[in-house]
Amino acid sequence: MKHYLEFEKPVAELENKIEELRHLSGDDELNIADEVGRMQAKAERQLKTLYAKLTPWQKCLVARHPERPHVKDYIESLVEDFMPLAGDRLYGEDKAIVGGFGRFNGRTVVVMGQEKGSDTNSRVAHNFGMARPEGYRKAQRLMQLAQRFGVPLLTLVDTAGAYPGVGAEERGQAEAIARCMDISLQLDVPLVSVIVGEGGSGGAIALATTDEVLMLEHAIYSVISPEGCASILWRSSEQAQEAAEALKLTAQDLKALAVIDAIVPEPLGGAHRGREETIAAVGEAVEAALQRLEGQDAVSLRRNRRQKYLDMGQKGLS
Amino acid sequence: MNWITNYVRPKIRALVAPREDIPDNLWDKCTSCGHMIFHRELEELLRVCPNCGHHMRIGPERRMEVLFDDGAYEKIELPQALADPLKFRDRERYSERLKKARTKTGQQDAIRVGHGHIGSQPAVVAAFDFSFMGGSMGLAVGEGLVTAAREAARRRAALIAVPASGGARMQEGILSLMQMPRSVIAVQMVRDEGLPYIVLLTDPTTGGVSASFAMLGDVQIAEPGAVIGFAGARVIEETIRETLPPGFQRAEYLLEHGMIDMVVPRSELRETMGRLLGHLMNSPAVRGTAAQPVAAATPAEPSKVDIAAEESDQSEAATAGNKEAGKKDKEAERASDG
Ligand SMILES: [Zn+2]
Repeated sequence: MKHYLEFEKPVAELENKIEELRHLSGDDELNIADEVGRMQAKAERQLKTLYAKLTPWQKCLVARHPERPHVKDYIESLVEDFMPLAGDRLYGEDKAIVGGFGRFNGRTVVVMGQEKGSDTNSRVAHNFGMARPEGYRKAQRLMQLAQRFGVPLLTLVDTAGAYPGVGAEERGQAEAIARCMDISLQLDVPLVSVIVGEGGSGGAIALATTDEVLMLEHAIYSVISPEGCASILWRSSEQAQEAAEALKLTAQDLKALAVIDAIVPEPLGGAHRGREETIAAVGEAVEAALQRLEGQDAVSLRRNRRQKYLDMGQKGLS
Repeated sequence: MNWITNYVRPKIRALVAPREDIPDNLWDKCTSCGHMIFHRELEELLRVCPNCGHHMRIGPERRMEVLFDDGAYEKIELPQALADPLKFRDRERYSERLKKARTKTGQQDAIRVGHGHIGSQPAVVAAFDFSFMGGSMGLAVGEGLVTAAREAARRRAALIAVPASGGARMQEGILSLMQMPRSVIAVQMVRDEGLPYIVLLTDPTTGGVSASFAMLGDVQIAEPGAVIGFAGARVIEETIRETLPPGFQRAEYLLEHGMIDMVVPRSELRETMGRLLGHLMNSPAVRGTAAQPVAAATPAEPSKVDIAAEESDQSEAATAGNKEAGKKDKEAERASDG
């Protein structure tokens, strides 16, 4: 059974009717085929209208859609001969962040990202993509491996945020995140990130302090979740929709603020309606970004990366 | 727009701290144990309760007086940052909230930077003002940290960051999140010059502030009882649905868990900081006498690529020796990778 979002209801109704019609047998098959075709066209028009003007809050729902491709899906399709690595060599292995060596369009890369999981078991195993310090320290290991072997680093960001837990705090969640940025800013290799779903605050930027940050059309990236923001500033999580507007967390807003470098378009009706198409588009965008960066020497890469962040916030939304 | 061309070297003006006359009959109440203390006495005790030892919050001006030798320092003027970049509005306009905070504190934003000496060693202190929107970090605070780092580099001084902050300033949205890498770059500018970077964690240091510059000190010092952590205690409680262990996220708890180097009472901060700077400011890294690196496998390349270096090139402070020290660090680091 397909998972429809609340605002997709009109489309859901049409698609259910189409299903019913298809199961009707009778003498009138030609007419039924006609009707199905007509309704499909209508459903498509509705999707187009809906997705052409998604509100920021609707984008939050799309970005969190359970059927949206997750990090492992991207790695599986885009990275050949992927060899996952494990552990931070200090405490444990955190499956919220998956990563390792692989080949992307013929070149060796280090690839990593937060995996949310796709069913109950895998969601629990990956802690819903919310990493603990071990995850961020594994990420640091992988970053340093990219540096050691001079290969590009590709990060895929999809997390509600870093895990808020007692053990995570005791083992230095804050330090682990800070150190990820610290290391990223010192690497001599090209760094590309893609915000593929949710870019949740510190847990996201730990993996997204990079030369080029790409973002899927309906992904979100924010300093705080709209629910969290609403409960603090509006004193009620019910104002999450308003908070989503105010936070300017859409790819379109972030591009205007020069916080991200490019938007990767999603197929009609969102990434969950065209997983393969989405993954392929991400692959192409990453390839283009890498080609822009691969000609640069280490010194320029580091200098430009620093300068990019220093320059941020020189302009606001007009 | 380029940040460098935009950058106006901060104007310095000497600050003569006016000591207000306080009537003798004013009482203050300890925010922890409720003990009543003469206001004047409490100020003399640096706002530490004589009954329970609770360290009450102090503002950045008082903080600098506490830290710098003889309480003397120069205030460093900070560049203006873009105000309200998102035109943010919750129940109230952010521009209004800002205006109120500015009126209340008489300050532009939640950070102050000063230069002086601690234990006779030159130091730049970047201190947060919790009373200004909870010390939250937005563009202005990020700008303040970057300015502090440039000033430390220019003057060959140690940088001491003193956060007192709930985290990122939500009303600046993603641009407040971007202050995390920006503040890390500030730390790197100081490190590149071989200069010490010390963090004094005060109550509270949480969220995006703790998860950036505040956890990257060469040495991490905290005030007794300070709340330090990434996630808020309430969020954690709601997530795990258990009560939190006693002392959780307090300075002493972090010390026990290996996250900071020392917990130092306010009255001993200047002395401790002075001794520490005595060690570090007399090190080969700072004095530019670091030994030459062992021959590296990779061809030497200029490792100092940053703006701090370019800036300090124009100043009297940078010396070739220091640059060598910076280069050595980078190569040593590279050699030890993996
Ligand atoms: Zn007390």
